[in-house]
Amino acid sequence: MSDPGALRQLTVTRVRVMLREPEIIFWVFAFPIFLAMGLGLAFSDPTPERIPVAVEEGTLDDGMLERMSRLNPDLQLEPMTPADAADALRRGEVALVLARMDAEVVFRFDPTRSEGRAASAATDRALQEAAGGTRPVAIRAQEVEQRGQRYIDWLIPGIIGFNLMSTGLWGVGFYVTQSRQSLQLKRLVATPMPRGYFLLAQILARFFFLLVEVPLLVLFAWLVFGVEMAGDALSLALVVLVGAACFSGLGLLACSRARTTEGVSGIINVIIMPMVVLSGVFFSPTRFPDAVQPLIQILPLTALNDALRAVYNDGLPVTAAAGEMGLLLLWTAAAFFLALRLFRWQ
Amino acid sequence: MTQTATTGAERLPRNSERGESPSSEPAIVCRGLRKSFGSTHAVRGVNLEIRRGECYGLLGPNGAGKTTTVEILEGLTEPDEGEVRILGMTWGENAKAIRRRLGIQLQEAQLTERLQVVEALRLFRSFYPSGPTVDALIERVQLQEKGRTYVRDLSGGQRQRLSVACALAGDPDILFLDEPTTGLDPQSRRALWEIIESFREEGGTILLTTHFMDEAERLADRVAIMDHGRILIEGTPTQLIQTLGGAHVIEFEPNTPMADHELRGLPGVETVRTRGGMVLVTCEELHLTLPSLMDLLASRGMELTSLTTHRATLDDVFLARTGRQLRDE
Repeated sequence: MSDPGALRQLTVTRVRVMLREPEIIFWVFAFPIFLAMGLGLAFSDPTPERIPVAVEEGTLDDGMLERMSRLNPDLQLEPMTPADAADALRRGEVALVLARMDAEVVFRFDPTRSEGRAASAATDRALQEAAGGTRPVAIRAQEVEQRGQRYIDWLIPGIIGFNLMSTGLWGVGFYVTQSRQSLQLKRLVATPMPRGYFLLAQILARFFFLLVEVPLLVLFAWLVFGVEMAGDALSLALVVLVGAACFSGLGLLACSRARTTEGVSGIINVIIMPMVVLSGVFFSPTRFPDAVQPLIQILPLTALNDALRAVYNDGLPVTAAAGEMGLLLLWTAAAFFLALRLFRWQ
Repeated sequence: MTQTATTGAERLPRNSERGESPSSEPAIVCRGLRKSFGSTHAVRGVNLEIRRGECYGLLGPNGAGKTTTVEILEGLTEPDEGEVRILGMTWGENAKAIRRRLGIQLQEAQLTERLQVVEALRLFRSFYPSGPTVDALIERVQLQEKGRTYVRDLSGGQRQRLSVACALAGDPDILFLDEPTTGLDPQSRRALWEIIESFREEGGTILLTTHFMDEAERLADRVAIMDHGRILIEGTPTQLIQTLGGAHVIEFEPNTPMADHELRGLPGVETVRTRGGMVLVTCEELHLTLPSLMDLLASRGMELTSLTTHRATLDDVFLARTGRQLRDE
């Protein structure tokens, strides 16, 4: 048997090389935080000239809405279904949701966002005036305080998923191709190194970085945006681990034949871009037509994001996301199987 | 000129100590190797037999097929045709066992730039079941001062020494060195030669490719000269030089052409060749041939643009065989 130290040495080597590349450290650790910060701020503190308000269907009649709009032209009243209205509020697309509850009109908004209260006040004035002033409409403010209801709450697990995908694909795919292109791989293959160890070391090094990368993002989201992780840490760890394994495997597959770093970059972008759009990183994939839903649902990033949100936002145990986890494991197994068959060592 | 006259039989029976294969088997044997890349016939029927404990030099210009031949022997390239046996084993059946007993330095392959010398050696050492310690490897290639230096900060000579140290990490029986001193300054070349010589003195087998004839003459017990994918001639450096028919070469450029037969008639002249305006005469006894050559030139009233003499080298052998010089690109 060859020295089991070989696997350790290969893993340590990979970690070292990565730590010594400052630009990679930026992409792995700092970029997702900047992304979360940018999106979090963009959607939590807009200074709109218009006031977008979602009106649940059946809350107010059309004549009423028209009068309100005339009284305050800044009000942008959009009739929506309750589900769409909740989505729009979570994503920060509207500042306020109006809903009917018995005789009252409910004003629903996110108390962490400044525009919610301002929109409430403006809408209330318009509503009372439009009703004729003599017969005031009963209203009730309802702050949306449930965990996981704000956009940033929904966004953070998506950023974790996005980060697991991009670091898995780039961290494994790019480095391995670079090693192949500079003939480092050929030099290793000229030794009795067990080839599987080299590939396994890439995955293990990835896991090592997860220990920093994910807690850092979780901590950041909590400190800056008050995003709390609703589920248990073990469930989150399991989802993250399986997600990382899956995208490391896809990284290996992406680079299994690539001769140049330019070539592998193209392949990785082709894998990443559709999933960034379709798999619910920045907005919910339910917005896409029903016809493409089956495709979206089998994408590994969709499964990962759904599982992450189940744990992170909904506080469910990992077992509640068994379907997603199974799909991820299937992707992982398929990726490794193909990558090992196709892998070009020199 | 240095000559190495020892033969493999006089050295330590290094490989037999391990008892894995009969030591009577040659270190490397190949028969009828052929390899083409598209329409390029890189190797066109190469046969080699390299004894244990021998330093064998594969000499030839760039593009002669040396690297392809060596990479086939190293199990890194599949030949289109031909058989290879390393220490009596074949790549098809015993790849793992062979790998453990080879030390390989590749011509272009790099080591990870962002590793320190000790880290790179620790990595390579971990691939082998036995071998010297990292400290011993560093000492062997004289990189004691550089243990904590990053690979990217090493000079060309230091990198090459590290590369050889990585090849020695598993205490190999056979060391493959592909153009180990190309691009190095004279001092670095000598440092590397000493490392190679010490490995051979311990009984190791070496297959060295080079396009430097002085390197082959100094290090190799036997040399094969390769060109266009074939071996042109094989033997000890002395034998090869003897095929020239003379130990000395007189090289001169007369102002008017001369007939070969006039020169052949001079005392001690073995061969006469012309190359451009240059005339190359080989002879056994310089002190007999040179004065009579000068007399001949004087009697014809001819003048010389240049005249040099040197001891015959493998470069002259290559020139005689191919009409080209080794370092012509």
